Amino acid sequence: MKRLPLTLWIGAALSAVFALAALVSFLWTPYAVDGMMIASRLQAPSAAHWFGTDHFGRDILSMIMVGARTSIAVAVIAVGMGMALGVPLGLLAAANRGGLVDEIIMRGNDLIFAFPALVIAILITAVFGPSAVNAIIAIGIFNTPVFARVTRGGALSLWTLDYIRAAEVAGKGPARISVEHILPNIANLLIVQGTIQFSLGILAEAALSYVGLGAQPPTPSWGRMLAEAQTMISIAPHMAIIPGLAIVLTVLGLNLMGDGLRDVLDPRVRRAR
Amino acid sequence: MLRYALSRLLSLSLSLVVASLVIFFVIEVIPGDPASYMLGMNARPETVAALSRELGLDQPIFTRYLAWVGGMLTGDFGTSYTYRVPVGDLIAARLGVSLPLTVYALLLTIVIAFPVGLIAAATRGSALDAGIMGGTQLGIAVPNFWFAMLLVLFFAITLQWFSAGGFPGWDRGFWINIKALTLPAVALALPQASILARVMRSAVIETLGQDYIRTARAKGLTSRQAVVGHALRNALIPVLTIIGLQFSFLLAGAIIIENVFFLPGLGRLIFQAITQRDLIVVESVVMLLVFAVIMVTFLVDLAYAAVDPRLRRRA
Amino acid sequence: MSLIDIRNLSLDIHGTPILRDVSFSLQAGQVFGLVGESGSGKSMTSLALMKLMPEGARRTGSAVMDGRDLFGLDERAMCGVRGNQIGMIFQEPMTALNPVQTIGDQVAETLVIHGAASRGEALRVAREKLDRVGLDAARFPLTRYPHELSGGQRQRVCIAMAIALRPRLLIADEPTTALDVTTQAQILELLKGLVADEGMGLMLITHDLAVVSGIADQVAVMQQGRIVEQGPTEALFRARAHAYTRQLFAASSHIPAREAMAEEAPLLEVRDVVREYALPRRSLFGPAPSLRAVAGVSLTLRRGESLGLVGESGCGKSTLTRAILGLEALQAGEIRLDGQPVLAGRRMPPALRAGVQVVFQDPYGSFNPRHKVARLVAEPFHLAPVDAGTARDRVAESLDAVGLQASDMDKYIHEFSGGQRQRIAIARALIIRPKLIVLDEAVSALDVSVRARILDLLADLQGRYGLSYLFISHDLGVVRAITDRVLVMKSGEIVEEGPTEAVFDAPAHPYTRQLVAATPQIPADWMAQEPV
Repeated sequence: MKRLPLTLWIGAALSAVFALAALVSFLWTPYAVDGMMIASRLQAPSAAHWFGTDHFGRDILSMIMVGARTSIAVAVIAVGMGMALGVPLGLLAAANRGGLVDEIIMRGNDLIFAFPALVIAILITAVFGPSAVNAIIAIGIFNTPVFARVTRGGALSLWTLDYIRAAEVAGKGPARISVEHILPNIANLLIVQGTIQFSLGILAEAALSYVGLGAQPPTPSWGRMLAEAQTMISIAPHMAIIPGLAIVLTVLGLNLMGDGLRDVLDPRVRRAR
Repeated sequence: MLRYALSRLLSLSLSLVVASLVIFFVIEVIPGDPASYMLGMNARPETVAALSRELGLDQPIFTRYLAWVGGMLTGDFGTSYTYRVPVGDLIAARLGVSLPLTVYALLLTIVIAFPVGLIAAATRGSALDAGIMGGTQLGIAVPNFWFAMLLVLFFAITLQWFSAGGFPGWDRGFWINIKALTLPAVALALPQASILARVMRSAVIETLGQDYIRTARAKGLTSRQAVVGHALRNALIPVLTIIGLQFSFLLAGAIIIENVFFLPGLGRLIFQAITQRDLIVVESVVMLLVFAVIMVTFLVDLAYAAVDPRLRRRA
Repeated sequence: MSLIDIRNLSLDIHGTPILRDVSFSLQAGQVFGLVGESGSGKSMTSLALMKLMPEGARRTGSAVMDGRDLFGLDERAMCGVRGNQIGMIFQEPMTALNPVQTIGDQVAETLVIHGAASRGEALRVAREKLDRVGLDAARFPLTRYPHELSGGQRQRVCIAMAIALRPRLLIADEPTTALDVTTQAQILELLKGLVADEGMGLMLITHDLAVVSGIADQVAVMQQGRIVEQGPTEALFRARAHAYTRQLFAASSHIPAREAMAEEAPLLEVRDVVREYALPRRSLFGPAPSLRAVAGVSLTLRRGESLGLVGESGCGKSTLTRAILGLEALQAGEIRLDGQPVLAGRRMPPALRAGVQVVFQDPYGSFNPRHKVARLVAEPFHLAPVDAGTARDRVAESLDAVGLQASDMDKYIHEFSGGQRQRIAIARALIIRPKLIVLDEAVSALDVSVRARILDLLADLQGRYGLSYLFISHDLGVVRAITDRVLVMKSGEIVEEGPTEAVFDAPAHPYTRQLVAATPQIPADWMAQEPV
């Protein structure tokens, strides 16, 4: 078996910890996250509350576990949405390279790039009000041109290759060629980009929740935990530090995994070994 | 060169028109009657009708769009419903905070990332390179607003070198405001600098593998001379693309980070406007943000042409 | 005294032996040819001399120039030697120049870097050198950028850069391989002139024996990191003393045994075909200019015939090929296969499309790396579906026909060498029994010995299956070996056609004459006598 890079192991381990925490939270958390226990409010980390408690006396470890659920769900669905829309668009643009459809898709892409995810979220929230779903839509819309561009770029270089010519000579149309010959050969690119967008999605969800455009109470979310911690930062710094570390470690894990996957999957790197 | 600039200008104008259409229709058309929406469920019908007239909502949609765009072109952004003052004035005051903050953060990003990326590329494979790559990996993972809170905790609350927030205003002098913007700018810049340093490193390494570097070495250039004389300018092409994208991230980041430092910028304005359903303000601020991003894309396109002679000929 | 004396040069990269005991010397004012197939170590020899080896390389031996051993010099001293004592040019002129710097600055840099001149003075010398390599001031001012020049012109800039300081040794690594034959002839002429005028020593690295025969005073033949034979060019070529040298010569002039079997009936008819492309607009409002890639071409290919199509890059042969394959829409004219019209895209019935298949040049880009050979070879069955069992049998049969094993069908393409891949490409073309196979530079990327075997295979298959070939190539030698008739294409038009022997022996059109004259050839009387 091939030796896998260390970054991949570390990254996968970190990501797995948080995925596991999110899964376990469906069945069990150390304390309930919806009750208020004023008696035990603002406690520093201790044996009873590993990560301490917040201003309502809620157990921060439990909130982190449930919050992981929100973060991962939002990011996964937003990446799925970006892929589901962006990949076909990118394949279509590449199959039509130089044509009108390509031009329209790429101009549309440029236009969406002018709307950062936050701005899309602001627009959507202004119309429909804030919610986790709207955060997903905003991040998903933002992901779409990213995947379209990566797909098109990868596909364009493949369309110049002779095996595509051979498939055309074998009477295969652009749609079939895109699915049979292009997609399998850009899967690596998409997997790597997917992990990058996944980690960006977690950061974006945190930011949107922090400014109140994301998940609404009582759904626990890392971004909102930080927003609530802000006013208490001088008396209970652990309230701010712990959710932040959760974000950093998850994103770091995903990025390391993405880097590791690129090393394993990129044929250029692989050939050099 | 002029033709290239003109063609980019044309496509920029087109983007602006489409963007304005999108913003206008999303905000004014989808939610139904904006007047009743802005006033809430319990508003009396007369009040709604009055607001409708005031906003010109009894006009056909296309006329309203033209009026909105025409107004913006002449600097008239309409009147805020909640503040009862021209939106243009509101935005102008807030822009004086957000724009300097973004530019400050962008400068910091570049000043940090260029040397760090170059050093990593020059020493690739070494312990120093590994350290830089590890550090930037961490930097990318840090949410800027959380980093901002840590900066406040450490530099403002513990060390008390900076104030925890607030903005004195430009009439109070230059440096005092720069000082007030320093912690926010650092918080914004660090994650972006991590990204840019990595891009810089891989762009330089990529160009170092090119044939023309070997040619330069065969001419007798040392590897350092080959990097400075030939690799750098070519590596700048992908780096410029990223800097352009980073501007929009920094602008969005500035809007978020204003919350941490209680800065009276566009972010505070727009979030208040959303809670108060002041759609005219939301619409105008969003348009302004999009305008800024498109303008920067245009500047980046011009910078490409300055760096790469192959683009100058192309229309 | 020798200009440079290389003794026992050995080189390992990460422990893998690349060069073994390479020894030779070069005289001032002479050309030294280093020939060999890919992987023989000829390029690495030059890089080792320049100390520009890849990472992980270890070098032993000595290279004495002016009484000092270059291999003993440190990196700083070596920088003083490169470009000053030894100049070097490379194979790929399209990427060898910095795209964002003017040609004047790049030539002048050689002088500035060695402290030989101020910038102003260096630019004056750069002008002089560009004039010397045939780039005049009126058309090629110093302010030109590389992308504004053709491949041949860029190679001239590279030469100007390498000779700017009048180095005593010039190393040229496959300097004309990426160029058309007429351009190649001009560049070789220029290099010859430089050696004569400036008294430089020239080390010319090439795979092409004919190129060496026309220019080199001394020649060394390399195989697997060793020099197997060296000596004065004519004597060595006449004697061909070493077995490998003989093999190389035999392969490069190999003509497969084949019989003319062309019938009278036409298989492919091309009538007045025109294909234009829109070019980028020059002004914002005027009409977009267009390029006539194919400007009214007519040709007939008979059943069982092997027809050659030759021409230099940009002559329109690729576009014409695409049109014949039904991949390119036409503006005017028609193409008929077996009397049926060939149309682009879906409008062409599958059965007709199955009548023509193709083999491409690049053995590496011709296959989807994610599919197994069985699926790759069976791809044309899309045009005439068969059940899975039949498909496997036919794949096995096809692989057998091209000299591979049936068991190869469960392997991936990366497990095969370049020559084997070309066999698989032929198997793929063969599998639905087409009437016509288009061979688009199908042997151009192969080493001579592999090429000879593939040509034999093609000749054999043609006899066995009654195939017709359309053989597209820039290499007149190959076309001569395998075709009955040849067409010469220039600027989108066919300028001459006729039986291959006749056209090449007595070309009628001035362009054909130019092409034939520019093609390097080993003097016939050198080859006349049997090797000793």
